[in-house]
Amino acid sequence: MVSRQHLSRVLSVFALVAFLLAGCGDPRLNALQPKGTAGEQQLDLIMLSIYIMLFVFAVVMAIFIYVIVRFRKRKGVSRTPKQVHGSTLAEIVWTAIPIILLAILAVPTVKTTFNLGSAQPKSADALKIKVTGYQYWWEFEYLNANGKRFKTAQELHIPVGKKVYLEIYGKDVLHSFWVPALGGKMDVIPGKVNTMWLDAKKPGEYQGKCAELCGAGHALMDFKVYAHEQADFDKWVAQMTTPHKPTTVAEKEGEKIFKQNCLSCHATADPKIKGPDLSKFGTRHTIAGFLPKNEKNLEKWLKDPESVKPGARMPKINYLNDQEMKSLMEYLMNSK
Amino acid sequence: MGTLLVVLVLALFLAAILTGGYNKDFLERVRHSKVWDWLTTVDHKKIGIMYFMSGFFFLLIGGLEAVFMRLQLIVPNNDLFTGDTFNKLLTMHGTTMIFLAAMPMIFGIINVVMPLQIGARDVAFPFLNSLGFWAFFFGGLLLNLSWIFGGAPNAGWTSYPSLALMGFNPGPGIDYYVLGLQISGIGSLMSGINFLATIINMRTPGMTFLRMPMFTWTSFVTSALLLFAMPPLTVGLLLLMFDRVFGSAFFDPALGGSPVIWQHLFWIFGHPEVYIVILPAFGIMSEVISTFSKKRLFGYTSMVFATVVIGFLGFMVWVHHMFTVGLGPMSNSIFAVATMAIGVPTGIKVFNWLFTMWGGELHFKTPMLWAVGFIPTFVMGGVTGVMLAVPPADFQYHDSYFVVAHFHYVLVGGTVFALFAGAYYWWPKMFGKLLDDRLGKWHFWLFFIGYHLTFFPQHFLGLFGMPRRVFTYQAGYGLESLNMLSSIGAVGMVLGTIIFTINVIKTARSKELAPADPWDGRTLEWSVPSPVPEYNFAQLPLVRGYDAFWIEKQAGNKGMAPAEPLGPIHMPSPSYIPVIMSLGLFIAGYGFVAHAIPVAVIGIAVVFISMFVRSFQQDFGYHIEPEEIVGSAKAKEVKA
Repeated sequence: MVSRQHLSRVLSVFALVAFLLAGCGDPRLNALQPKGTAGEQQLDLIMLSIYIMLFVFAVVMAIFIYVIVRFRKRKGVSRTPKQVHGSTLAEIVWTAIPIILLAILAVPTVKTTFNLGSAQPKSADALKIKVTGYQYWWEFEYLNANGKRFKTAQELHIPVGKKVYLEIYGKDVLHSFWVPALGGKMDVIPGKVNTMWLDAKKPGEYQGKCAELCGAGHALMDFKVYAHEQADFDKWVAQMTTPHKPTTVAEKEGEKIFKQNCLSCHATADPKIKGPDLSKFGTRHTIAGFLPKNEKNLEKWLKDPESVKPGARMPKINYLNDQEMKSLMEYLMNSK
Repeated sequence: MGTLLVVLVLALFLAAILTGGYNKDFLERVRHSKVWDWLTTVDHKKIGIMYFMSGFFFLLIGGLEAVFMRLQLIVPNNDLFTGDTFNKLLTMHGTTMIFLAAMPMIFGIINVVMPLQIGARDVAFPFLNSLGFWAFFFGGLLLNLSWIFGGAPNAGWTSYPSLALMGFNPGPGIDYYVLGLQISGIGSLMSGINFLATIINMRTPGMTFLRMPMFTWTSFVTSALLLFAMPPLTVGLLLLMFDRVFGSAFFDPALGGSPVIWQHLFWIFGHPEVYIVILPAFGIMSEVISTFSKKRLFGYTSMVFATVVIGFLGFMVWVHHMFTVGLGPMSNSIFAVATMAIGVPTGIKVFNWLFTMWGGELHFKTPMLWAVGFIPTFVMGGVTGVMLAVPPADFQYHDSYFVVAHFHYVLVGGTVFALFAGAYYWWPKMFGKLLDDRLGKWHFWLFFIGYHLTFFPQHFLGLFGMPRRVFTYQAGYGLESLNMLSSIGAVGMVLGTIIFTINVIKTARSKELAPADPWDGRTLEWSVPSPVPEYNFAQLPLVRGYDAFWIEKQAGNKGMAPAEPLGPIHMPSPSYIPVIMSLGLFIAGYGFVAHAIPVAVIGIAVVFISMFVRSFQQDFGYHIEPEEIVGSAKAKEVKA
């Protein structure tokens, strides 16, 4: 009976901890509320290690509190404690028990490490995406989405319930690709191709981060992951692969300005200073990867990118007159 | 060159003014001034004090940088220190705290205490000791001058290429980092060699290896780690310097280099570095806990064994800093298991501390408070360390605030707590006075509570998706309240540190001298007067067992039995060459930073000329005669 009582007490502590862990944070960014298989496997290991470690911590604290209460110096009493040398048995016990605990942790650790490590797709038609990190934005190139190949930036769209295989390339400095709510991160290293896989179990928006210090704009090198049902994803792919035709006069004017001023960086090819592909800018949800998409933010960004994202390599577009600026923005906002 | 001359002349003028004008007695007066004494000293205690105090000075600077960062992060989208400025702050905070605060303060305590604990009159190479200190000092100075001249480094304390390469970082910041660390690294390597030679060769009769105090043991293992860990850093820094100054391409992928090589070199140094700063902390805690429990250290031999095993395993785990580099599941698994293994000897230590206190009589003086606060704090840092060893979980933790929380639990909760404990404990041996115990308790409680308030929430910030080294975060992602809490906690740490500083100043002004053995100590350093005379032991003591001084006290003896008759004591002479040589290194370093090779050549020439002068100097030191020793001891008694 006592042991059951004890057990329930321990379990309630764990439940409390689990509640605390999951309670705060935002589901779009929280590694403790994973929405993907990789994230779930990682959380399982995180929780297993937390439980083992809480046990260790509890044991240490129990002895610790007992000792500092029981053996503190009392007023008026002075004694010379017995000078004990040690105890071989005790040493063996607190060597052996941690070894057993660590073995319990090590076995699933190695298993999951190998499971997450094999990021080569088995079937040929698996969805493969080439991820490239730039200062301070992300490029996503779909290699075989429904048989189509195209590029986009800042927003990664994936179908729900399917493993997506990422090939991760670096062009300038190190970055690290991290989507906490879907599962873990992988470094972006120039000269080295890294691979990882992800999936999302639920449709929704997830927040991505750059996790490796990459310069002044590191903190704002955010991106989004959108998980869609397969049908919606197919629609999105179709939209992305249908070229946008400007209709209004202003848009046409804007396209002309875009071609004259922006295309040297924002082209699909790889120029020296490369900016994100903007051909489908109208479909995006953010400006510069983190600001809400509206005309005010777009104008702010165009006129002084550095003030929005420190270290951004885009020059100031402050030499257009109001009319030209308006046309350009209209073209960009409508290029869907 | 012109600037250099101006500075030199100015320095001479200042010296002349301070000593009362230039005339034929000028040099005499300089030679007898206190400043000259400290500049040229080779006494391990004075060098230790200089190490400790300059380390503390850098700790204040690094702390100020941390406060700036917490101010920036107190609310989302704050604009106090953004972008590059914030990156400079985080880089300088990390670099300063590890290389210029933690290591020097530890070297300071080792320098003062270790020779006393083994019954030696100085370290094995007093000249080298002084050179090591001045190299560290000028390296640290060079690094911090970057704030004023040209901009501080901004690629993190790990300074990963490609961000640290010329193409992405054309300013002089990274050059300051490379040269500053290279020069202070020379000092660290020298200290490591020196401490090793001292412990191996200079133990007093009877002081066998398995009678050495725990702090000496940890100093010994730390020195061995220094010996093997500093060279990879030196090589890495040299390659980075060549990439930046001379256009080579070791780390530049565009020209066939690899940025991953830097990560390996850095962490082959970097992981043992963690143990370099934590093992002496374990040593300090062992001494403090044993002394204030009035009990022999429980399981001494297994403590020694655990220390050696931790030191050895420390070299086998560097890849756990690189789990997300993509080295493959095989190497990740191997390094994961090796990392977990370190948990075992560390656990042995914790349980032995607990059982040292078990059955003892715990006196909660300030040093003991730090030690008692250290145990739960360090255990928390330790368990998150084991959690980080799990590669799939680390894919989430890596480069997030979880890691920030973890290493601050180890480095502050471990090393800094221990340094404060050591300061309160050994202050009488360093300065001959006791720090105020009441202020010490205020210091402890404010710092302890502030510390946990600052860093505990950061575990959760990391798990909630906040990467480290970010100058801001967006509102509405659940990160606001914990960041606010963390910044508030920093106030406690600041107040604690201010109180410590006040305590130091107050103690320096007070006239009350400490007794030789204020804590009822157990080891040899408590058998000599406070402050310690320059020759340490009038007669080398004879050691009869572990806790040598305690044994004599228990046997009813007045002090240690002498192992030699009273005789003249040979002392090394002071020397100005270490300062000049380090100044040469500083000039050379500045030359490379400014990419002005002639200046660098002049600096290197100064170094070589100093070496030449030293090599052909006929210096036999001097002797302190027995009459003088007896005389000063009697004068002390009369005073008391």
